[in-house]
Amino acid sequence: MIRQATMVEARINGLPVKAPEGTSILDAARRAGVRIPTLCKHPDLLPTAACGLCIVKIAGDRKMPRACATALQNGMDITTHDGELTRIRRTILELILSTHPNACLTCGRSGNCELQTLVGEFGVRNDRLEKHIRDVPSDHSNGSIIIDFAKCINCARCVQVCQEVQNVWALSILHRGIQMRMAPAGDISLADSPCIKCGQCAAHCPTGAIVEHDEIAAVWEALGDPDTFCSVQIAPSVRVALGEEFGFPPGTNLTRQIYATMRRLGFKAVFDTNFSADLTIMEEASEFVERFAHGRGSLPLITSCCPAWTDYMEKNHQDLINNFSTAKSPQQMLGVVAKTYFSEKMGIDPSKHFQVSIMPCTAKKYELERTDEMFASGYQDVDITLTTRELARMIKQSGLVFSEMPEEDADSVLGEYTGAGTIFGTTGGVMEAALRTGYYFVTGENLPQDGIEIMPVRGLEGVKEAEIDIQGAKVRVAVAHGMANVDKVLDRVRAARERGEEPPYHFIEVMACPGGCIGGGGQPYGISNEVRRKRMEGLYQDDKDRALRCSHENPSIKQIYKDFLGEPLSEKAERLLHTRYKPRKTYRR
Amino acid sequence: MAGKRLTAVDLETYWAQPPPMRPWVRVGMDTGGIAAGARHVYQALLEEQEEARAQIDIQQTGSLGLSYADPIVVTGDASGRTMMFGAMDPESARALIRDHVQDGHLLEDRVIASRDRGCELNGQQQVAILVKDTSAGKDEDRTGFFQELIREELAVHELDGRIKVYRAMDMGLYQKGVCVQLLPSRVTYAHVTGPDIRRIIDESLRGGRVLDDLLQAGGDPQERIVLRHCGRIDPDQLESYLHAGGYRGLKRALLEMTPEEVIEDMKTSGLRGRGGAGFPTWLKWQLTREPKADRKIVICNADEGDPGAFMDRSILEGDPHAVLEGLMISAYAIGADKGFFYIRAEYPLAVERVQRAIDEARATGLLGRDILGSGFSFDAEVRLGAGAFVCGEETALIASIEGRRGSPEPRPPYPSIKGLWGYPTSINNVETLAAVSVILDRGGAWYAGFGTEQSRGTKVFAVTGKVRNPQLVEVPMGIPIRTVIEDICGGADRGARIKAVQTGGPSGGVIPGTKMDTPVTYESLQELGSIMGSGGMLVMDESDSMVDVAKFYLGFCVDESCGKCAPCRIGGFQMLKLLERIHGGKGKAEDLTTIRDICHCMQTASLCGLGQTAPNPVLSTLKYFEEEYLDLMEAGQNAPDPKVRAGR
Amino acid sequence: MKTKSADAELGSLLDWVEGMRKRVREIAREWEGREGNLIMILHAIQNEFGYVPRGVANELAREMGISMARIYEVITFYHYFRLTPPGSHTVQVCMGTACYLKGAEKLHGELERQLKLMEASGVRKGEFHVENVRCIGCCGMAPAVVMDGDTHGRLCPDAVKDILKRKRGK
Ligand SMILES: Cc1cc2nc3c(=O)[nH]c(=O)nc-3n(C[C@H](O)[C@H](O)[C@H](O)COP(=O)(O)O)c2cc1C
Ligand code: SF4
Ligand code: SF4
Ligand code: SF4
Ligand code: SF4
Ligand code: SF4
Ligand code: SF4
Ligand code: SF4
Ligand code: FES
Ligand code: FES
Ligand code: FES
Repeated sequence: MIRQATMVEARINGLPVKAPEGTSILDAARRAGVRIPTLCKHPDLLPTAACGLCIVKIAGDRKMPRACATALQNGMDITTHDGELTRIRRTILELILSTHPNACLTCGRSGNCELQTLVGEFGVRNDRLEKHIRDVPSDHSNGSIIIDFAKCINCARCVQVCQEVQNVWALSILHRGIQMRMAPAGDISLADSPCIKCGQCAAHCPTGAIVEHDEIAAVWEALGDPDTFCSVQIAPSVRVALGEEFGFPPGTNLTRQIYATMRRLGFKAVFDTNFSADLTIMEEASEFVERFAHGRGSLPLITSCCPAWTDYMEKNHQDLINNFSTAKSPQQMLGVVAKTYFSEKMGIDPSKHFQVSIMPCTAKKYELERTDEMFASGYQDVDITLTTRELARMIKQSGLVFSEMPEEDADSVLGEYTGAGTIFGTTGGVMEAALRTGYYFVTGENLPQDGIEIMPVRGLEGVKEAEIDIQGAKVRVAVAHGMANVDKVLDRVRAARERGEEPPYHFIEVMACPGGCIGGGGQPYGISNEVRRKRMEGLYQDDKDRALRCSHENPSIKQIYKDFLGEPLSEKAERLLHTRYKPRKTYRR
Repeated sequence: MAGKRLTAVDLETYWAQPPPMRPWVRVGMDTGGIAAGARHVYQALLEEQEEARAQIDIQQTGSLGLSYADPIVVTGDASGRTMMFGAMDPESARALIRDHVQDGHLLEDRVIASRDRGCELNGQQQVAILVKDTSAGKDEDRTGFFQELIREELAVHELDGRIKVYRAMDMGLYQKGVCVQLLPSRVTYAHVTGPDIRRIIDESLRGGRVLDDLLQAGGDPQERIVLRHCGRIDPDQLESYLHAGGYRGLKRALLEMTPEEVIEDMKTSGLRGRGGAGFPTWLKWQLTREPKADRKIVICNADEGDPGAFMDRSILEGDPHAVLEGLMISAYAIGADKGFFYIRAEYPLAVERVQRAIDEARATGLLGRDILGSGFSFDAEVRLGAGAFVCGEETALIASIEGRRGSPEPRPPYPSIKGLWGYPTSINNVETLAAVSVILDRGGAWYAGFGTEQSRGTKVFAVTGKVRNPQLVEVPMGIPIRTVIEDICGGADRGARIKAVQTGGPSGGVIPGTKMDTPVTYESLQELGSIMGSGGMLVMDESDSMVDVAKFYLGFCVDESCGKCAPCRIGGFQMLKLLERIHGGKGKAEDLTTIRDICHCMQTASLCGLGQTAPNPVLSTLKYFEEEYLDLMEAGQNAPDPKVRAGR
Repeated sequence: MKTKSADAELGSLLDWVEGMRKRVREIAREWEGREGNLIMILHAIQNEFGYVPRGVANELAREMGISMARIYEVITFYHYFRLTPPGSHTVQVCMGTACYLKGAEKLHGELERQLKLMEASGVRKGEFHVENVRCIGCCGMAPAVVMDGDTHGRLCPDAVKDILKRKRGK
């Protein structure tokens, strides 16, 4: 229901402002060109009102309300900055610093830290308060993210993300007062907790308290070893986000500059995960047609290319394990064909082949060793995952001036992709890609040109539903992103199952991160829906710009089936490109 | 009386019926009394009654307020005359049954003289005399001497067999020399000297003439409205409450008034919230009544966590139905169908009595559907706190009932719009609700007759610390602090000089001894940098260090901070470190600036009242006693301990 | 090698777990569907077990369909709830305003000193659990100490020593 929002009018620092009813003073001020400092409020999240930095003065009000948590009201006369407010804000920063180590030099967020930036801006120049810093070891127990408790400022953003957005409840706020601290649920290690490694906590943390597990050094080492053949793959969503680290606006598609950079970093073969996204679609769409058209296997079919989601499902929705697509994720498919097909073809000893993936994602680090099937080539199929943020750092370490990179192409045959592959990086993309190919598999022809863009599954709505007509057969699909949204969809499926009814959906796409991989836990900092939308647009534009927009049309895909795999769901494809799932304990302890 | 559904007519009958008139003995069985041994006293009374086959009702009752005299026993005879005994033990309890209730003897050094003093003798035969040297220091108590004098004088008139002379435990008079009270008339003489004794016996006792020059007229400055039933009824018996006029306010509200009229009457009464902030109660009800919602909820805030405050506990333990009645009236006014008592878990007896009150009310149809045939339905339940002071804050309290961490949330939205589970919710303090029931009974205008223009009615204070008689008092607002401390509670303990009085607990501040004539009202206390708060009143003498007191209160807030917001969580902690440093004689010159910066930051940028007011004790001690801080900083560890400096 | 007594121990542990599950289920049932029940359930559990053992929290989470994180967030917030078993004697020193002014800190110091001495002379550590509490409601008897539920008022450090001695004798 779209309603004309009522507008409210007020004054901020003497200037008149107008904003729809319900707009926070913080946002209203931003529209008026005023930035009120914040540390705990994140655009994705409800205000926790924890830091107090955003207090403002309202004429006639003795108290100083928080801009992040107070709605603009008619007639308010607001002062956002003056000497007194600055002094109070500086004192708050001093207080926070008194419980924070002076460890910027060795911190994962140095140069990109909200706290560091504010402290710099406010000119806190001395430590007049005694330091009181939590003295506990960091949690390195899970290979994806690291928590450095000493750096946590207790803003609770990560907790809100993990509990409310992801519904995982791996993180919690324990104790109270000066003892209060963020800790994995029940004070256990992250590895023992229900954490699904999505990295959303890291993406939302304002400080270096939660960062990705940095593995750049191992990549440098492999690149420096003359006996090692290093190849790399770049995930769909990386290409529209990496640029942000180098001053490009969000959504700028830098695919070809990235290829060039990779070569200059020393990679001997540059592949694109978009290629294997097309491959995933071939397998997954075939699987769907098997289940939907031929009634072999249970419906709905649920996508499984997001490892955080598979982990979540294995822990929390074990009754739906048989509904999971067994097709591996694009990352793993590329790894295995790189170390089998490609290595064979090029005469490379797969044991010397070192495959690196550049992912938007911290969970992908976990996926590398998820099950034995991730070693289908006989070796670990993908050796190391670097997140977009790590790649940016690595480029900076290399001295390459990213903005001046030429445009190059990826290496054949694992580098060619269609529009379907590229949109994998956004919520709804996998579904759209699968439907394009599924339609073809059932009907033998492509979707009409004006129907190839399946609009109802696009956008940032938490749950999207659509009904697609495939030659009279109605395919009901749902797309969910952000784990909390997923639960709603699955509950519907379960309820229908209990009532013995036909499932409400035939096909469900799930991505753990809000927005899908464009909003992944390893992407450049500063995520918001605005940024998500721009990155999303970048991918849809890439799709539009492609001559070929369906996975089954990809000539390289046709070639690999012809040369090597046979056909989708063939015995070989099953062995190399599929995986299994098993129930796991939510708490290991 | 369980199981019988009460009608309005039944209630009328209770109100009309006088309570049964048999000699009775009541024991103050609130937490304080029980801790002091009231259960043993109660047991002894029962046993002795059994043995003596005495026709006496032995009952329990709530707190009588006189903490210093616990355990307390009150006796009453068929004529309605009552007598109070303090510091009881099983032995004296037995003696009480044997000698007092049956033979009319009093107990030596146990009698607490009535503060309702008589002014006439009316030819009445006096039977006993109480004596007490109210100016006595520890070494020169003249009570015994005067007892002897009186006895000798009585002997002269051959009255010594008939009239007994007792040392009173407390006369309710202080620094008034030797005081003498004649019983049963309660005519009281103060500043009695040796020669006066003869006149008292001769002219007054025998002649029936009141000696105006000695007469201590004027009764108690207290006004017991909220505490009206405490110590007078059995809190575990609905009947006892009904006999005392209970649920008359509810009946009037439900059957004779519209919700709007109830709110209007509350407006007339001028009652402001007694939980601390002093928000007009009628307005809170109105604001909760206005929004449209599927349901509405009322909550009684019984989380009393202020260290050193026990008003709410005493009320709940002494008169639970009065609070329940108030809660029901608020629900009716607002349109709520469900109420919760949020009681701190450290108050098991209060929980038990409230639960019992709810059960009895439910069993008699006072809770449930169509109450008193009015069409109004309401039910109430108890929910417990779990050791978190901050849960007294409204949004934290709501979070706690909802089963979450008790961390406050930003307001607006206020609970009156979006409260428990999102429903409009009105939260009132125990004392507020206990006042509501009597206001609806006697009318808003009657209540508005007490107190001052801005601060109407009475306020209960828990006076403790270095005071002679720590106790619960209820006074009309506007009376000077001095009256409360000196006239009612006897002034400083052991005759020391009062240095300051702390009001408002951890959110309040100190009022220096020089400002003791300030009237107690919301405004005047705030002007001095303190607050009325929930009603703690801590008396400090010259031996108390103000830096230490500031440190104590701040330490409390640091312990109780929920930790959510940085200014309070870290500010309080760091300030405490600085105070400890100063108190330990290691303060640095710039520390006071840092402290003031942190205070300002906490006051303005803390999310809830706890953090916003936590600096008050520090700021007010800095305001009035900065030199104590400076002394400690200048002299370092050689700073004189105030206890030493005061020369005591 | 597993001994017989280890088997027996395991057996009794399993019995305990079984009994615990049953009790947790009962408590959860009793409060099922009632508004605002979590804290009340935790109270009931602590009354039952003396503290909130990890296994019980786990069971409760399962029974109520809420996460462990939620339960731990709540338990660690409220000082009333314990995650470790209490000592066999509890000594609560009132640190309310009145008691503080009248020397509660000294009482506390003396208690700690005495307990150290007792530990040196063989009393098990943790046998006496000392905690500070806020106003126990007997300010008139300040300073006050509650020992296993019995309140002792108007205490001086020497009196504390005597009370401890008597307790220990028992
Ligand atoms: C930290 C904090 C603790 C509080 N504790 C209590 C309390 O224990 N009892 C109480 O009635 N009000 C307490 N209050 C005040 C309540 O939030 C609220 O104002 C009051 O219950 C409203 O009732 P009233 O209008 O009847 O006073 C507290 C407020 C704060 C900020
Ligand atoms: S909540 Fe924190 S981050 Fe948000 S605006 Fe306020 S101070 Fe800033
Ligand atoms: S978190 Fe930020 S402020 Fe803290 S050490 Fe790291 S960079 Fe510095
Ligand atoms: S910013 Fe200052 S502290 Fe940090 S590295 Fe540079 S000189 Fe050193
Ligand atoms: S990685 Fe995801 S699941 Fe794990 S703690 Fe962070 S937000 Fe929670
Ligand atoms: S880890 Fe980061 S996001 Fe989480 S509470 Fe700490 S500072 Fe905030
Ligand atoms: S949505 Fe993408 S980035 Fe996020 S966890 Fe899943 S695969 Fe990783
Ligand atoms: S002021 Fe203190 S108690 Fe209140 S929300 Fe902030 S940290 Fe919690
Ligand atoms: S940003 Fe508003 S309180 Fe932190
Ligand atoms: S699955 Fe590869 S980018 Fe999301
Ligand atoms: S302060 Fe100790 S009992 Fe109240």
